Amino acid sequence: MQAKDLGTDRLIWMYTQMVRIREFEERVKRTFVEHPGVIRGHAHLGDGAEASIVGALATRKENDVVMPSYRCHSYPIVLGTSPQSLMAEIYARKDGICKGFGGSMHLADPTHHFPGTTGIVAQGIAHAAGAALTAQVKNTGQVVYSFFGDGSTKQGAFYETLNLAAVWKLPVVFILENNEYQAYTHIRLEDANAIAGEPLSQKAKAFSIPGETVDGTDVLRVYDEVSKAVDRARAGQGPTLVESKFYRLSPHGNAITVPPVPTQFQEHEAIEVYGNKAEYAAGKAKDPIPKFRSHLIANGTFAEVNAKQIEDAVRTEMDDVVKFALASPLPKPEDAVNYVYA
Amino acid sequence: MAREMMFAEAIATAIAEEMHRDPNVIFYGQNMAMTDRDSFVKKFGKSRVRITPISETAELGIAAGAALTGLRPIVELYMTEFMLVAFDQVINEAPRLRYMSGGQVKVPVVFKAGFGFAAGWAGQHSNCIYHTMMGIPGLKVAIPSTSADAKGLMVAAIRDDNPVVYLHHYMLTLEKGEVPEGEYVIPFGLADVKRPGTDVTLVATAWMVKKSLAAAEMLAKEGISAEVIDPRTLAPLDVKTIVDSVKKTGRLVLVDQAPRHSSAAVVIAGEVAEQGFKYLKAPVKMVTALDTSIPYSEPMESYVLPSEEKIVHGVKSVLAMHVAAVYRNPKQQRSESRRF
Repeated sequence: MQAKDLGTDRLIWMYTQMVRIREFEERVKRTFVEHPGVIRGHAHLGDGAEASIVGALATRKENDVVMPSYRCHSYPIVLGTSPQSLMAEIYARKDGICKGFGGSMHLADPTHHFPGTTGIVAQGIAHAAGAALTAQVKNTGQVVYSFFGDGSTKQGAFYETLNLAAVWKLPVVFILENNEYQAYTHIRLEDANAIAGEPLSQKAKAFSIPGETVDGTDVLRVYDEVSKAVDRARAGQGPTLVESKFYRLSPHGNAITVPPVPTQFQEHEAIEVYGNKAEYAAGKAKDPIPKFRSHLIANGTFAEVNAKQIEDAVRTEMDDVVKFALASPLPKPEDAVNYVYA
Repeated sequence: MAREMMFAEAIATAIAEEMHRDPNVIFYGQNMAMTDRDSFVKKFGKSRVRITPISETAELGIAAGAALTGLRPIVELYMTEFMLVAFDQVINEAPRLRYMSGGQVKVPVVFKAGFGFAAGWAGQHSNCIYHTMMGIPGLKVAIPSTSADAKGLMVAAIRDDNPVVYLHHYMLTLEKGEVPEGEYVIPFGLADVKRPGTDVTLVATAWMVKKSLAAAEMLAKEGISAEVIDPRTLAPLDVKTIVDSVKKTGRLVLVDQAPRHSSAAVVIAGEVAEQGFKYLKAPVKMVTALDTSIPYSEPMESYVLPSEEKIVHGVKSVLAMHVAAVYRNPKQQRSESRRF
């Protein structure tokens, strides 16, 4: 199926999911100001990635597996995980999806085909290929969606896994989320392809698999490119590397501070580190949500008033999510000894 | 009924039997299953038995991901040191995923690796690195010393719902031993008394069990009765069997091929100091490798590693300490002996 064949309901669903991601992440960010101390450790947001994530996940069949990096809030929201349980986890509460054991970087919801994430850069790429190995050995017909950042592509796990996934023709799609920054370091300082002015997708040539680059701020283009890769994977032809280019709208994560200094989100690295306001403004101008909204109004999928209704409903939903998470109790201290062994 | 098997054959038999029993068990690694003549490929096919490139991070990470989603992979690593290039997957991925998910997932995977060579493999292929692994919550460590244990522990490792590092000592590969016929499973966390005794407790694993039994035989000729205990798994560790033995013998000699501070001995010594101090008639003695890398040349290699003679000497030293203490002040036997 191609994006041009997507029906009105599906397009509206896609827009709604993008707004849900944005509103959820806005509330995570705001929590650092409104409820300091509630979120511990390090949280990484997906704002700016909405078109890339939703465009990719809209191609899924029901049982397909999704394994992103530690920047992981957005995916389960789209997969159908209760956002209450996700926010409660980020707030370290008992009702969290991982009961307060994991936090922002380690969300997991296997009942929604989201078996877990790792906080160590690139290591989850291997886990995703492992899930694809399960699908292949058991002949389940599933495809695995492996999401990771551009920084991951300088790790050994990326090279080792893509080679072996190609050798074994595993049913996995590698979605390289190029948001231009490896944590705080601009890609032009650390990626040979970027320095040469070439797309990162050409790393695929090293494994003799297809490598494509797509505008990750255009949800429909992402849908089409990932669809091809998924079809290829499901047909037993092996993995594809899809480079999805977009701009991360928030900084890498909340600032790393030592208690009792409260932590919060600073300005984006483009401004905070590099003093490059123009770059950030250009990135912000490519915000995928207004872009898709205008497109849907222009092509008559919905009217301005319908868009506003969706946005209002999502805001109410996410306000309730925050209320739920704040009201959820903390886990009992002695719960900490559970789940060490199965 | 039992059958004599070589150590390596016992491991392979366990893997084959479990692969036959459970279609979710898969087996892969480097330089294996290279042709259709491979016995595992013949029995179980190329989907479940695979060859990999030299890519330990991918091998271990893919195994963890496959285990997360319903398979029970066994990864053949050949040497524990090869895990070091992918140690994140061993230490910081497979054992953490269940806990971080709040118990929603499990990672039933076996990382199988030989270790501890003492045949001139020099500094980088002769090491004992289980100390780090046994201290990681969520990870289990099996370390057999006999053919029977090799089989029973491998079966248990494959059936375990947690990541297991299964370590087999290269110097035991061709050792023969009786293995019970049919299904044979050894529960983890259960030490085995390899030789009963009354004067001193020797605790050892893998190749060091063989050396400790030889030392016990030498000691027996001098009228000293040594009990030899093999924990068989370092995680979980059966501290109770060790403390119970110390209760009986009053003396503990820990034999370990690792250097002192990266040994299992140092952990066991700590547990006995806390749980069995009142039973000790002499200080705990650790007979470990010297604090060097493993040298290539044979005389130096032997000098660095524990030997039967060093174990005998260690036992005599704890017996002598007790005698010396009693001799100095028979009335304060217990408090004196503690002071060493």
